Amino acid sequence: MIENYSVPSSVAEAAQLLQQGDATIVAGGTDLTPQTEAGARTFASHLVNIQRIEEMRGISTSDGRFRIGGLTTVTEILESKILAEEIPVLVEAADHFASPQIRNAATLAGNLCNASPAGDMCIPLLLLDAEVELASWVDGSVAIRSVPLAEFFTGPGKTVLQAGELLVAVEFRQPAKGFTASFQKSGPRPALEISTVSMGLAAVLQDGLLTGVRIAIGAVAPTPLRATATESTLEGRALDENMISSAVQSVQQEVSPIDDVRASAWYRKHLTGVYIRRALSHVAGN
Amino acid sequence: MSLEIEIGFTLNGRPVKVRVPPTMTAVSMLREKFDLTGGKLACGEGECGACTVKIDNRTINSCLMFAVDCDGREVQTIEGLGSVKGLEIMQQAFVEHGAIQCGYCMPGMIMQARYVVDQNAGNEHKVTRDDIARGLEGNVCRCSGYTKVVDAVAAVVLEEAST
Ligand SMILES: Cc1cc2nc3c(=O)[nH]c(=O)nc-3n(C[C@H](O)[C@H](O)[C@H](O)COP(=O)(O)OP(=O)(O)OC[C@H]3O[C@@H](n4cnc5c(N)ncnc54)[C@H](O)[C@@H]3O)c2cc1C
Repeated sequence: MIENYSVPSSVAEAAQLLQQGDATIVAGGTDLTPQTEAGARTFASHLVNIQRIEEMRGISTSDGRFRIGGLTTVTEILESKILAEEIPVLVEAADHFASPQIRNAATLAGNLCNASPAGDMCIPLLLLDAEVELASWVDGSVAIRSVPLAEFFTGPGKTVLQAGELLVAVEFRQPAKGFTASFQKSGPRPALEISTVSMGLAAVLQDGLLTGVRIAIGAVAPTPLRATATESTLEGRALDENMISSAVQSVQQEVSPIDDVRASAWYRKHLTGVYIRRALSHVAGN
Repeated sequence: MSLEIEIGFTLNGRPVKVRVPPTMTAVSMLREKFDLTGGKLACGEGECGACTVKIDNRTINSCLMFAVDCDGREVQTIEGLGSVKGLEIMQQAFVEHGAIQCGYCMPGMIMQARYVVDQNAGNEHKVTRDDIARGLEGNVCRCSGYTKVVDAVAAVVLEEAST
């Protein structure tokens, strides 16, 4: 039962409120509402609406780093001119996300903190070696810690977020010159589809060799997965048919999908192979 | 007594105040506290779009939003788009193109159609039938197809481009 409702207007105010404990954070509400309505989740005694924290909105760059405020919506990512120009893979993922109405409400922080293995925005951000900035109230002031996104997820719906912590922003470095990245997502419908499998792949192709390989896959493991073993087998190698075949083999070993209502484990594994082949062909064609 | 929060916002152009439980959804508030029953609570999961309303120039599924978050914002429902006597041009177009069967999904569909056209107004890129279909991806009609809906929206795009 909710006994308290707060609407903080700054990160500091929110952190102080959250430090009192037993709080549920609400942002866009697109995950929280269906989960609580269905009884899959119950509210803490204090509902904290973070939507009025202006400092948590917007996309900015400085010193070769990008910063996206946690309350930035998926629509704002989709409509961002600077992202379309500099980081198109983020815009692609936003374009595959739900429906216009959901994108208008869904926040980036909400997508990450919900920690679904199928969360679409996790995939491009994993390719970018993004870090999440977490705020809490310690000894009378705001304490900030940065966590690599790859270490943020610990299981379905689980993250390293401590009670009282707020995800304030996501940051990543401007990718190296020649960086190409792609995002693929499957589901039987073009819209409003939770990914059956999603895959992002990024690399720099120079003189026929791949470097800086990043592979992130959704809905094939308990968390959005960085396929680091496959990444290292591809690193520094020539991009040819041989390499693509070994990539398919390696990535299919690295995933651990389950059977569920959306697809069988077998199909997910198969799709993972198809997607890595396509993604590498995409890099080759760039 | 369970907790109620007082909020104030602009509803279809008029300032309003209301007390709501903190987890009441916006669609329930609009229907139960203001008798604005155009928007429907159908799937309750953001899949069907029948509850679409506009909040500060963005359409959302009002079934996924807590009413308390309307505080300080501008909320527009289908009832604020036009009146029965004076239909707004999008509503009129749906009537003229027969883009209606049972009508249940229409208020949300029209709110979203209006948004899609407004979003693209002034762009160099001319709105295509594909753009309209994509813009309406979050709105489901279970009676019929979507051809007449797209016809209606396309007619509004043409009409507004020529004025
Ligand atoms: C019909 C439908 C379709 C969808 N389609 C997709 C899709 O295609 N792809 C996809 O990835 N997702 C999809 N989703 C899921 C959802 O829309 C996203 O995960 C969304 O980004 C969540 O953001 P929100 O702001 O609505 O979060 P909320 O629902 O407000 O919050 C989600 C969770 O994160 C916590 N939280 C929120 N913000 C913070 C913060 N700053 N710090 C700490 N904790 C926080 C909340 O307490 C809650 O546990 C869909 C949902 C629906 C209903």
